[in-house]
Amino acid sequence: MIRRALGGVVPLGAALVAFLFGAIMILALGANPIDGLVAILDGAFGTRERVATTAVRATPLLLVGVGITVAFRARVINIGGEGQIVIGALMATAVALAIPDTPRPLLLPLVLIVGMIGGGIWGSIAGVLKAYASVNEILSTIMLNLVAVQVMNYLLRGPMIDQAELEGSRIPQTERLTDNAALPILVPGTRFHLGIVIAVVAAIVVYVLLWRSPLGFRLRAVGHNPDAARASGISVERSLVTAMAISGSLSGLAGAVLVFGSESLRMVTDGSTAGFTGAAGFNGIVAALFGALHPLWTIPSAFLFGSLLTGANNLQRVLQIPSPLAVALNGIVVVFVVSSGRIRAWIERALDDRAERAERSGGGADPVAAAAGSTSGGGDS
Amino acid sequence: MRDLFTLSVLVTVLASGVRLATTYLLAALGETIGQRSGVLNLGVDGVMLLSAFGAYWTALETENLWLAALVGMLVGLLMGVVYAVITLVFRAEQGISGIGIYLFGLGFSDLLFEEIVGTPTPSARLPTLSVPLLADIPYVGEALFEHNLMTFLAFAMVPVIAFLLFRTTFGMNVRAVGENPEAADSLGVSVFWVRFRAILIGNAMAGLAGAALTLRLGNFQNNLTQGLGFIAVALVYFGAWRPRGVMLGALLYGIVGALVLQLKARQIIPLEASDLAAMAPAVLTIVALVVLAGRVEAPSALTQPFSRD
Repeated sequence: MIRRALGGVVPLGAALVAFLFGAIMILALGANPIDGLVAILDGAFGTRERVATTAVRATPLLLVGVGITVAFRARVINIGGEGQIVIGALMATAVALAIPDTPRPLLLPLVLIVGMIGGGIWGSIAGVLKAYASVNEILSTIMLNLVAVQVMNYLLRGPMIDQAELEGSRIPQTERLTDNAALPILVPGTRFHLGIVIAVVAAIVVYVLLWRSPLGFRLRAVGHNPDAARASGISVERSLVTAMAISGSLSGLAGAVLVFGSESLRMVTDGSTAGFTGAAGFNGIVAALFGALHPLWTIPSAFLFGSLLTGANNLQRVLQIPSPLAVALNGIVVVFVVSSGRIRAWIERALDDRAERAERSGGGADPVAAAAGSTSGGGDS
Repeated sequence: MRDLFTLSVLVTVLASGVRLATTYLLAALGETIGQRSGVLNLGVDGVMLLSAFGAYWTALETENLWLAALVGMLVGLLMGVVYAVITLVFRAEQGISGIGIYLFGLGFSDLLFEEIVGTPTPSARLPTLSVPLLADIPYVGEALFEHNLMTFLAFAMVPVIAFLLFRTTFGMNVRAVGENPEAADSLGVSVFWVRFRAILIGNAMAGLAGAALTLRLGNFQNNLTQGLGFIAVALVYFGAWRPRGVMLGALLYGIVGALVLQLKARQIIPLEASDLAAMAPAVLTIVALVVLAGRVEAPSALTQPFSRD
């Protein structure tokens, strides 16, 4: 029991420490941390519009994060979310530009699926390279991010640029895309669009896929012990590619949602990936880690970090604390969460020692700790 | 197109290529030491951003470039201590904790810049130095011997790092704990302290790289490095964990980067097409990774935390 609880408590404690860091930073910047917290909460949840904006900001984090859980469960470290978002968005946008007159019931699903295909292809390149050429996926995904950003710059400055921009300031952006591909607004008067619902559904689907399907079993088996998986007849190579394809397609979907859920309804960049993605490819990793690499826990986790992002904007407005604080905090959360595994091990060992000592002293053994000892490794990983 | 291939243009490209290679080289050489000891640091870019801001701010306040470079290095060292605690004490997953360091560096450097400086303000820049006599050699002199001190330092570090890795006891220990930490440990080498020092050296050099970048530009902005640190990590693989190979990779990146700048400046090809050219190094790196994958071996214990039990 204690052990299972530790699985949740330790990362949560790690996040608390990380946010304590944030409070110290706010203090160092000359503001009251309580005021800071109030400003963040007000910015994220103060009005209906703000709640909706928070949900909109959380959506790409959730989609990327859920994809990350698939990859990491198969022990593939997918750092390529940024590139996969970009390629997915580009392909989806190209379709919307090519056939704008297609009726909405056809075009909207089509662009979303094309976005998934784009991201999936970009992800599976790294998967294939890892499976069949033993190229480290961390490096290949980073390089594919760099390639993707140049492809985006090329297309948005060249073939896909808004014709009006050619005469004007040459901002790398497409024209306003057809309304037939726009994600419908679900709560009038806010930005709360269908993409948010799609992301939550995607998380549930991935949960079912990972824990209730043979494919999910294979992916997790490969992640757990590739040699054992191979010995039991699972194709490790195919599983790696599949994991990256699924992971990439979810990022690609995030890209499509970013474009077709945007207010301006165009794809626009400032020449860097983050200029389009808002670093969702990286922040999604944070959301997934904080969600303990579980698709369902990634849902509240993504909303937490989404609210941090929108809240930080308000923090800047109200207390003049620069909003990049949110990005810095995300980094600290990652560091603390990945470091917490060892702390958990220390606590577990201390518990073991106590149980052992209690046993040796005869009778009075701590039944909870003893039971925990016999069921170690429980949980759903 | 013909316009591009005049000798003087080629010299310009080579010169600016060498200049651009400096930052990659300093960071990648440091990362080479770290990876040789078995520790991957994906957070190089974040460390560079923080150090760059430290150096920039020092240059802005004091106009003392030596002090600025020193501050850059110290920020790197500090981040090195942090990273050593994360990877050696807490034994955290290296790939992911590096992303944490990156995000922290990206956000925190931006935060400090907006809080302290606000608008981009030019700082003092590193002056260009000419090597006596050598700089007078036609063409070659301009390309290779008229640079700022950081560039000369970066290239001078190539043999120094090679010597350190392959000719000193420390280097031998670094390679030993990167290949087979258990064996090194049983021979009485402290895996912890060797890796600790390797991480510090790597981060200090990343810090120097950040300082070199900002002091060459004489300015700072949000995300100044634009992912340069990630490329530096890849260059270590590209260079097969050897300083000379890393140098060739850095030069390749620098020169292709310079070529793209020239193509843009001279509008030889449409602006957007130069974006396509700019992806060449990344594609080339992927190809190199595929080709090298079966041939050169990464340090066997790379990314593997060491524990005695």
